[in-house]
Amino acid sequence: MTEYTQDQATFREVVTKFLQAKSTPTDVRRLMASDEGYDADVWQQLCQEVGLAGTHIPEEYGGFGFGPVELGIAAEEMGRHLYCGPFFSSAVMAGYAILNGDSEANKQKLLPEIAAGSTVATLVLDSVNDPNQVGRQLRVTGKELDGTAPIVTDAHIADVLLVVASGEDGLGLYSVIADADGVKISPQQALDPTRKLSRVAFSGAEVQKIGHLSESGLNKTWDQISVALAHEMIGGAQQLFDSTLEYTKVRVQFGRPIGSFQALKHRCADLLLELEWAKAATHHAAFCLASGQEPETASMAKAMASDIYMEAARAAVQLRGGIGFTWEEDTHLWFKRAKASEVFMGSPHTHRERLLSLMEEAS
Amino acid sequence: MSPDDIRTELSAWLDANWDPNRPLIEWRNILVDGGWAAPSWPEDSFGRGFDVEQMAVVNDVFAEKGIVGAAQAGPRRLAAETILVHGNADQKQRFLRPILTGEHAWTQLFSEPGSGSDLAGASTKAELIDGKWIVNGQKVWNTSAHHADWGILVARTDWDLPKHQGLSYFLINLRQPGVEVRPLKQMNGHASFNEVFLTDAEVAVEDMLGAEGDGWAIATTTLSIERQGFARGRNERPPREANEGSIYDEFAKELEIANEPYTWYPQREGRVDLVMKRAMDTGAIKDPSVRQEMAKLMCMSRAAQLAAHSAAAKRKAGSNEIVPAGSIGKLGASVIARQSAHVHTMISGADAMLSGPDSAEEGVIAETLVSVPAISIAGGTDEIQKNIISERVLGMPKEQRMDTGPFRDIKRN
Repeated sequence: MTEYTQDQATFREVVTKFLQAKSTPTDVRRLMASDEGYDADVWQQLCQEVGLAGTHIPEEYGGFGFGPVELGIAAEEMGRHLYCGPFFSSAVMAGYAILNGDSEANKQKLLPEIAAGSTVATLVLDSVNDPNQVGRQLRVTGKELDGTAPIVTDAHIADVLLVVASGEDGLGLYSVIADADGVKISPQQALDPTRKLSRVAFSGAEVQKIGHLSESGLNKTWDQISVALAHEMIGGAQQLFDSTLEYTKVRVQFGRPIGSFQALKHRCADLLLELEWAKAATHHAAFCLASGQEPETASMAKAMASDIYMEAARAAVQLRGGIGFTWEEDTHLWFKRAKASEVFMGSPHTHRERLLSLMEEAS
Repeated sequence: MSPDDIRTELSAWLDANWDPNRPLIEWRNILVDGGWAAPSWPEDSFGRGFDVEQMAVVNDVFAEKGIVGAAQAGPRRLAAETILVHGNADQKQRFLRPILTGEHAWTQLFSEPGSGSDLAGASTKAELIDGKWIVNGQKVWNTSAHHADWGILVARTDWDLPKHQGLSYFLINLRQPGVEVRPLKQMNGHASFNEVFLTDAEVAVEDMLGAEGDGWAIATTTLSIERQGFARGRNERPPREANEGSIYDEFAKELEIANEPYTWYPQREGRVDLVMKRAMDTGAIKDPSVRQEMAKLMCMSRAAQLAAHSAAAKRKAGSNEIVPAGSIGKLGASVIARQSAHVHTMISGADAMLSGPDSAEEGVIAETLVSVPAISIAGGTDEIQKNIISERVLGMPKEQRMDTGPFRDIKRN
């Protein structure tokens, strides 16, 4: 695995500084209670001033032209600060889907707007469980789209929906204007209120075809999204770990800091080991996406990041005791993000099966 | 010296001196005199003060020409590198040469039946009587002690001081009547270690390393060298098989003896390398629950490699960040070994009831299943590693100690 460069480390500092100011737990609580779920001004600053939505978008389409490694850095810090906004839906999910397509016209039209934040897009998948199940619900006949996707992130604020659907010649990527006739976006009550979900139903909605999507094309997009999500998750896991560790050093019971009890020390050591592994796997997966090597590392990263995020979340509640289970304490914000992210874009067991199939083929 | 200069000078020197039919020890004495036995050591200790890059050139030239180098295998290096750091000029002169030539094999005499994880609780006694140190006590887990000529020994010289302060470090000749070595058979059937009984064994005053009471500090040096060795792996292989000459036969014999205690070490790590093959050979690869456990194992195993590389790169870059490589890596190895044994068991099914040459992989799987428990004990138990990680890496508060004050008043086995 390659190490981060000085420029990449500086990039991380810039992102961290922005989020420390703009995505405090107070901000997160305010936004998760709102219908929109994001602050439009902060989103504009994030896109315009810091340019984050264009991190991985090539310069000719208005982005920075960095790769999955830098995108991972941004996602990791967003996960750490529990950033609420359409970055993941618009820049990562829709952005990658368009980038992987072969429609130059759509790239030129949509990517600069996505990078600038002037258009919010999201990717509509009828399964966010398993790429093998994608295209069973959403079907295109002629230029009309029918079917329902039960779980779509940020559709309620999206201008454009990028939809993966089955057409006459197999899977394809289509774009649909969000407020077009035949599109019904119904907000869902999400377990994790920091990432808004909708049910999106199409009945004869007019689509524009962006391109054919092969099985490997879909898997590539799935992998890219999974690796970015894994970064978000290890950022969140690190935050939970750090805050919990700090708590064990200051909380006193039986006349001593609870962190001096071996039961807690050993649990923290176990968490550190698993966290170090998940971070190493996740960072490596981004380098592999950039180089095209070791395709199984994407699933490795998503599976490991999912497991450690939930482990850290369980420990974060448990080691705080009763206070950890209260609404007032911030831990549950990350706990819920951990649970939702665990099953989003493939549960750990789904990714383990994917990675084993790849290793089996390779051996 | 530049890499080119080293290559030129060493090649010329070897062309003039190397003879594969020379007796092994005679050759190594020439190597020591020429300054090529341990070029990384300081100039006053048979070396040339070479750095890592310079050593890489030396090692390349040795490998290319199939040259037999200084003796490396077994615990002798622990002794040598500790003496290098803490020995006086006389001790370096007397002890380092026979280590390099292979004349003297060494063993480590630290652990005791009553002090395992708590190494500083050693109660082997050394008393100064009539100008000699007289040692009484029992040591255990002494790798290769049955072949060793000398031992590095930690013994208590003062019972009224706190436990870490009353220890001293000795270099003890094992070829004497007061030393009895008994092999210690393990649960996997091997006997890689020994018990060493010391009964009025003698150590000359000039063979104390450092000063009286320095024992714990010096032992810490040895242990850190040992932990680095854990990461490096120990098995040295003879140079190219095609080489001819009597020296290779002697060298192979030396290695066979030195490496004999370690033949099962790959098994204690769980034999992850055999998992995919076994799963395919047996058809267990089709079982979804086996696949899940295999995938977990592959994740851990690959991530551990990546984390180790990343830690090494940070160390090389001189980062001040605390990289918990040692204890984290050791704890991780235990987790991986256990998971691998679990997967091998799932793959084998009832065949895991069998062992010996007719069982799976000629008995290697069976040996794995009964060797893995060692990895979470040897070199510091998992529990001790977790204490180290939580206190030194994570900065968690220490537990209150029950073992302060004079050693003679402390509760012990």
